[in-house]
Amino acid sequence: MQKYSVFSLVKNALSNHENWDLAWKDPTPKKEYDVVIIGGGGHGLATAYYLAKEHNITNVAIIEKGWIGGGNVGRNTTIIRSNYMHDDNALFSEFGMDLWRRMSQDLNYNVMFSPRGIINLAHSDAQMNTYARRGNSMRLNGIDAVLLNREEVREIIPMADFSENVRFPIFGGLMQPSAGTARHDAVAWGYARQADDMGVDIIQNCEVIGFDVSAGKINGVRTSRGDIKAKKIGLCVAGSTNILAEKLNMTLPIETHLLQACVSEPVKPVLDKVVTFGAGHFYISQSDKGEMVMGGDLDGYNSYAQRGNLPTLQHVLTEGIAMMPFLSKLKMLRTWGGIMDMSMDGSPIIDKTHIEGLYLNCGWCYGGFKATPASGWTFAHTIAQDRVHELNAGYSLNRFNTGHLLDEKGLGTKTWIS
Amino acid sequence: MRSQNEFSYGGDATVKRPELGKEISDQDWDNFVYNRKSLRGKHWELWQHLSGCRQWIKVQRDTATHEIFKTLKANEDIS
Repeated sequence: MQKYSVFSLVKNALSNHENWDLAWKDPTPKKEYDVVIIGGGGHGLATAYYLAKEHNITNVAIIEKGWIGGGNVGRNTTIIRSNYMHDDNALFSEFGMDLWRRMSQDLNYNVMFSPRGIINLAHSDAQMNTYARRGNSMRLNGIDAVLLNREEVREIIPMADFSENVRFPIFGGLMQPSAGTARHDAVAWGYARQADDMGVDIIQNCEVIGFDVSAGKINGVRTSRGDIKAKKIGLCVAGSTNILAEKLNMTLPIETHLLQACVSEPVKPVLDKVVTFGAGHFYISQSDKGEMVMGGDLDGYNSYAQRGNLPTLQHVLTEGIAMMPFLSKLKMLRTWGGIMDMSMDGSPIIDKTHIEGLYLNCGWCYGGFKATPASGWTFAHTIAQDRVHELNAGYSLNRFNTGHLLDEKGLGTKTWIS
Repeated sequence: MRSQNEFSYGGDATVKRPELGKEISDQDWDNFVYNRKSLRGKHWELWQHLSGCRQWIKVQRDTATHEIFKTLKANEDIS
């Protein structure tokens, strides 16, 4: 594989950039693999990468119904953070933050990680108390957290509405300075390129039709491009988990819902932080191109539509304008939607299943993108060692049965106010 | 025709609460509280006309196209 560097850039410039290697191959599926990962999104690609890199398992296929990176890894609002209160979430996410910081070097691919900081705004004394508690929990877990008062917030984001007569005045906020954003497509492409280089077969346009299960063991998968045998199969198909679960006669604590995002026309640099509204569900950052990247709540009902409806978008942007009135002057450039696995407690599942050799990675709700490296790393460990790592022990499938829910925000499949 | 804004979603309409006083397994309770099929295609679900007459209804809707096939009153059984 060609190493990407300033030297290779100059060298290829001399031949008009016509001689770059393909970033990954387009192989025909083999009859059998040691591990098959279903789903060529960020999590699936990261899982294959860490299987090869950390566990020396390279006889691996990723099978993807569409094209790699075409699902939620290409549709999210690119926010990366670890501002969680519960230990299971905090330790998992902060482990991921370390992987994010090294990712561009590890993958030899510029993922444009930008640790610009995230501010969660508070709009009441009670919310300030809650944030103080969350901030303290974060710091106990080694995560940076700063509680800001109204004046400190005003200094950082003066364009927010600090006038007197607003419905949700800004009391302050909780900031995680090390949080940020990254170039989402580059994450998928970077993992794909390295995984491919280590021998992983990335098989696109290959739909799973069924599974070969006998005597409680998985033997393989039936696809639109033929049967593939594998003793271990990992599901990484956020948004389509319920569809594959049905083929496996499993019913999961997940509903499939639609989440929208949008960007405004590009404007000059105005916002150098990620900011979330505390009196509803709205978040915003500014992309390198200058677009204001915004998102918020679910559409609110089960959906596989992959595009949203206007009422939710209107509701979300109303919150945005309440928080930053200048947004009302901007034209909308694009809106889009993606389908989410909404788990019943708002936390993900990375676990083994009752079928031997079948592993499950799902339920990422609003926060799948930031979890990409940690999810891939722990899922690869779970598959390779056939046991969960302590980092994903809290993300068990049977926690709903035993009552050990991980209800970080008390949000599950329900929208903020419904 | 009423605006979608007036309606609030109530989830899968085929889920039945276990009978009161009947001994049930953890799994039965799990299925009632948490586990959902959430399929692509025709889906029976509950909606409430929240900003209107406040009645609950059952709706059969396509979860991929949002096409509505049938509606029932809340106390009518899905056939």
